[in-house]
Amino acid sequence: MTAALKIEALEAGYVRDLPILRRVDLGVERASLTVIIGPNGAGKSTLIKAVAGLVPVSGGRVLLDGKDITGIRPDQMGALGLSYVPQTDNIFRHLSIRENLALVLRRVPDRQARLEELFALFPVLAQKQADRAASLSGGQRQMLAVAMALAPRPRVMLMDEPSAGLSPKIAAEVLDLARSLTRQGVTVLLVEQNVRKALSVADHCYILAEGRNQMDGPAAAILADPVVGEIYLGGRRVGAA
Amino acid sequence: MIGVISYLVFFATMAGILAIVVLGLNLQWGYTGLFNGGVAAFFGAGAYVTMLLGGRPEPGQFGGFLAPFPVAIVGGILFAGLIAWFFGVLTLRLRHDYLAIATFGVAIALESVARNAEWLTGGAKGLRGFPRPLEATITALGGGDNFLYGLFFLALVLAVLAAVYVGLERLTRSPYGRALRAIREDEAAARSLGKNPVRLRLESFVIGSMIMGAAGGLYVAFYAYVGPQDLAPILTFQVWAMLIVGGAGNNRGAVLGAFLIWAAWTASGFALAALAPQAMQLYTGPIQYILIGSVIVGMLLWRPQGILPEQIRQQGRN
Amino acid sequence: MIQNLLDGILTGAVISLGAIGLTMVMHMLRFANFAYAELLAIGAYAALVFDRVLAALAPALATAFKPLTVSASLALATLLAMAITGASAVVVDWLVFRRIRAKADALSMVFASFGVALIIRNAITLAFGHNAQLFSQDIAFATVLSTDPLILVKADQVFVLVAALALMAAFHIVLTRTSFGFALRAVAENPTLAQVAGVRLSTMIVAVWLIGGGLSAAAGVFYTLTNHLSPALGSNFLLPVFAATIVGGIGSVYGAVLGGFLVGVASGLSLAVLPSGYVPAMPFLIILAVLLLRPHGLFGEDQA
Repeated sequence: MTAALKIEALEAGYVRDLPILRRVDLGVERASLTVIIGPNGAGKSTLIKAVAGLVPVSGGRVLLDGKDITGIRPDQMGALGLSYVPQTDNIFRHLSIRENLALVLRRVPDRQARLEELFALFPVLAQKQADRAASLSGGQRQMLAVAMALAPRPRVMLMDEPSAGLSPKIAAEVLDLARSLTRQGVTVLLVEQNVRKALSVADHCYILAEGRNQMDGPAAAILADPVVGEIYLGGRRVGAA
Repeated sequence: MIGVISYLVFFATMAGILAIVVLGLNLQWGYTGLFNGGVAAFFGAGAYVTMLLGGRPEPGQFGGFLAPFPVAIVGGILFAGLIAWFFGVLTLRLRHDYLAIATFGVAIALESVARNAEWLTGGAKGLRGFPRPLEATITALGGGDNFLYGLFFLALVLAVLAAVYVGLERLTRSPYGRALRAIREDEAAARSLGKNPVRLRLESFVIGSMIMGAAGGLYVAFYAYVGPQDLAPILTFQVWAMLIVGGAGNNRGAVLGAFLIWAAWTASGFALAALAPQAMQLYTGPIQYILIGSVIVGMLLWRPQGILPEQIRQQGRN
Repeated sequence: MIQNLLDGILTGAVISLGAIGLTMVMHMLRFANFAYAELLAIGAYAALVFDRVLAALAPALATAFKPLTVSASLALATLLAMAITGASAVVVDWLVFRRIRAKADALSMVFASFGVALIIRNAITLAFGHNAQLFSQDIAFATVLSTDPLILVKADQVFVLVAALALMAAFHIVLTRTSFGFALRAVAENPTLAQVAGVRLSTMIVAVWLIGGGLSAAAGVFYTLTNHLSPALGSNFLLPVFAATIVGGIGSVYGAVLGGFLVGVASGLSLAVLPSGYVPAMPFLIILAVLLLRPHGLFGEDQA
């Protein structure tokens, strides 16, 4: 089985000649959930943004279902089947919930039917559809952000710390939601600081440090690994958001 | 021959006064990254106040206090600084371009006061009659000929120019100048080093505007006249063109740009007057304005660093 | 006094139309565009040329719809002028601002816009002369609404106000009812997220220049219909449209509309107490008041 998303020797950074990512390799199996963990400044967010087309790539490539999508503009990613949920500011606060969704559904042929599907998936959003998105609670905002990313029926979804800033209960709900997406065939790659919970829902885990691959393996094995446990799951949560 | 020399003296005096203005703008834009859209306002404010304080009394006209020239010009400088301080305090905390809009507005507001408040500014005809410093003494020395006085005044302007230049060079090479550039390059980093960006910007803006006010005071003494057209936006455009041509962030460039653009401006004026057909004479102004606009846009597109680029930059970064 | 108020509302409508595009450009491209008001002049002169050409080609079009002085040829000419002005705004962005945007900071664009304004204004002077021009030599008779105090209204003025409000209403519908409008508002709020949501930024920049140019051209024609046209049109409106955007808060379209009427009415009313020579300074006093009382404008949330 080929990887739905494959990252090969990726080098990327905001400033020329100063790459934050140094030859990172990563593969995500179809319809699986992969989590990237690592200390602050490891380049986790940069990696996801580079895949989404928001950070200039200086070397290596990104393959989506075998197709090279390196250097493609971020606004074209959705149509290619890749969605991205930013960590903060991931909804348009001045637009109503319905308008937020209508915006991402602009290029979707059966947009009315798709809107109904999304409302069925997130009944809270349907209830509040005419309200400004700014009026939503933290968990509801995250739901709207996920709904927006799901709108164009992506095959791969990138999420940058979806549980950041949420209460433990809501954070767990959001990660369970990410898990449930894989059951609908969506491939999910997420960055998390909430390591224990993320590992408990993930299939596979990559650890990044200083812009390089550190190690990777099945999430369950990483969770059970005593060394990893010492560093990432011990009393001190590294770089809590 | 004496005619040519006396014209050159006249030209150099005016170019020197403008070079002082450009140096003031260079402190604001070149070193601190502040956009002053109303250079003419600060120049004009200095000019009008110098005239009001040091000018001759006229019936029905406020001012004309016959203050000694140094007192009058200091008044002009302080007034220009006061306006700069007021608008700096209001806008320097906001988005960068608020300062540009506010200063542009100050120039328009002052111009309309100059045109309309006749009791204060003489209205459209302006104010004339200014006892030039040491004029009687020096003209007498020259045997009644005013050529010697012209030379003396040029020397005075160049002395002020040199003083401003040296002062700014010392200021910008000092730790203070490095702090200004640090704020221009990366405000957040400068703030984390304990610099107060708003205060430093305000100081730079006020000092730059006071330098412009000083140039206005010299201008009044030179022409013994000031009018609303001295506040017109074209002066702002000319001074900006001088700075971008010479090289923003380089004081030698600022002076060079002032002399070059003023020479080009005067020469193009002569050329158009001599060569353009009679029917086109009304339109020499617009042609010159288009040239100034093209110089600004062209420099920004193709040589934004100017003829003499900023040099201290690398040094400041290390 | 009431006459001043009515004239102020009319000028306010013109300022509002001009300020809508400016506030969007200032917000999206993050620079104060000192060349923006020249779009009013480009629009008005383009309409003048098209009107003369159309009237010469088809004299039947040149008959005014009484009691207006507006003819079918001028109406058509205005639409053409809106398109041309929008296109010229795109061309100027393409030739100058886009290149500077690519390599320098926002203040260099402010600087460049100074130069662009100077070039456009004086090129217009060279092409059309210093003298004031009128669309129509017909005398527009005013209707006396009241003799004490004397209040006069011309049919053209009513037409201009209605047409300006209609344009604003149309733009409001675009913003609130179409997905293109959602995209415009999305880019205004968060350009990066808008890209993630599938909006192409460069397309939106072109769209904003087209809209701004079109609305400004209409503003220029509307002002000229009730006054006269000179190359100073753009520079006369520069400070008023800036004032309107600052009053409303940079980036707020509705703020700009309200700000435009506020600046127009305040300038109109100031005529009742101040000599007319001070009117150009009125928008400046309004900017001053906003900076003192509410620096981010009535609807703004723009931080430094």
